[in-house]
Amino acid sequence: MNNLWGDSLSSFWSAWIIVVTLGTIALSVWILLANRRTDKTPDADGNIETTGHAADGIEEYDNPLPQWWFKLFILTVVFALGYLVLYPGLGNYAGILGWSQESQWEEEVADAEDRFTPIFAQYQEVPIPDLAQDAEAMQVAERIFLNNCAVCHGSNAQGGYGFPNLTDDDWLYGGEPENILTTLNNGRNGLMPSWQQLGENNIENLTQYVLSLSGEEHDAERAASGESTFLAACAACHTPSGTGNIALGAPNLTDDVWLYLAPGQGVDDSIRQTLRNGRNGHMPAQAAYIGEERVHLVAAYVYSLRFND
Amino acid sequence: MKHEIVEKNVGLLAVLILVVISFGGLAEVVPLFFQKQTTEPVEGLRPLTALELEGRDIYRREGCVGCHSQMVRPFRAETERYGHYNVAGEQVYEYNFLWGSKRTGPDLARVGGRYSDDWHRAHMYNPRDVVPESIMPAYPWLFERTLDGEATPRKMRVLRQLGVPYTDEDIANATAEVRGQQEITALVAYLQQLGTVLEGTR
Repeated sequence: MNNLWGDSLSSFWSAWIIVVTLGTIALSVWILLANRRTDKTPDADGNIETTGHAADGIEEYDNPLPQWWFKLFILTVVFALGYLVLYPGLGNYAGILGWSQESQWEEEVADAEDRFTPIFAQYQEVPIPDLAQDAEAMQVAERIFLNNCAVCHGSNAQGGYGFPNLTDDDWLYGGEPENILTTLNNGRNGLMPSWQQLGENNIENLTQYVLSLSGEEHDAERAASGESTFLAACAACHTPSGTGNIALGAPNLTDDVWLYLAPGQGVDDSIRQTLRNGRNGHMPAQAAYIGEERVHLVAAYVYSLRFND
Repeated sequence: MKHEIVEKNVGLLAVLILVVISFGGLAEVVPLFFQKQTTEPVEGLRPLTALELEGRDIYRREGCVGCHSQMVRPFRAETERYGHYNVAGEQVYEYNFLWGSKRTGPDLARVGGRYSDDWHRAHMYNPRDVVPESIMPAYPWLFERTLDGEATPRKMRVLRQLGVPYTDEDIANATAEVRGQQEITALVAYLQQLGTVLEGTR
């Protein structure tokens, strides 16, 4: 990976920058001094020589630059030279302070690590079920959750259409501490294939059968003819009884939790849609974004949600 | 030089003004054209695919850059939230840059992979559906409109002239790759690759 400021300039371009920068300053100073007329004094009759410009009889004096303006200009030049000595500005010259944007960032990060690492390390050692009872830790964890997880799972962690509710006791991939940790660290990919090829009649039978599993209103006759298709096509992931499989993230079809139930949509309609088009659930891995220490805290936070009313 | 000469010759005055104001650029801009970090891609950088390229143009058309920057600066507060700060080598295939200058919404330089495709689609259809307090506008028409890919090969040829290493094969397949795709698909493809080339973004 290259660094933003890592490679130095070639000596030609370094010299180029130095010459242009110092040259500009020198030129400014020369223009300033060359135009500084201070020798205009009144002659014996009290007349002062003007520039010779006249408009409607009004003549233009050729007075020196005001002192305050002249001194300010000199001050800016002094400031510029001082800056160029202290900070990197002249090609490859690093400045006597040794400051760089990158080193400033590294310092900031190191300072933060010094402050926060011991806190997170301390939490890291506490088992998740115990950590979930630690009110202070959960305050920290909630902030991390709100910043990173709430975007999909909602600030109340109750999820939404296609995003699992984390406050109930229904878990696609298991709700034990180690399941939650795996989900957070590595992410999850849930894939429900499309069953369009079974034909609309079979899809309708399957829909009625799935409805019957959770005791929803259904057409008993169609449900009965859907059972064999279910056992052949769906049972491998959802198990023959339809209770799902957390190893695959196959949802339990016998409860009344429906991940893909759009607002105002009937359960039957949602099931039909799932069977026709399949579903694709993707939880991005978080370890790379927030680091394992924070993942541990967030896992405890997610675990703690079950204790809320 | 006599002041009068400069003042009374507009052409000369213009030339001298140009000379004076070019000093900053000569010192700060010109050397960058000859530096490795700004002209060579970081390891693993690839040109956008045809679909991502069309997504990028939708990003530009919809004015995303007006509210979203793509520039993570080297401050801890930023790298903590967004990931590794931008480096020049990630941007060598960018024509034009979409760094932006205003963050009404969050920075997007490293948004790739952060959320699922479905999340992006839901969010673009109506941001309030997933983020209730969001003030981002909804972009439902991206779901109705599809791409025809007619102009895609031409865009890629122009980019190749500018130095983006598209192969003849890329260009030949471009239209087929994007034809019939929803605009939202292209936009999400573009977003999902943003900033993913640097490993260990923290």
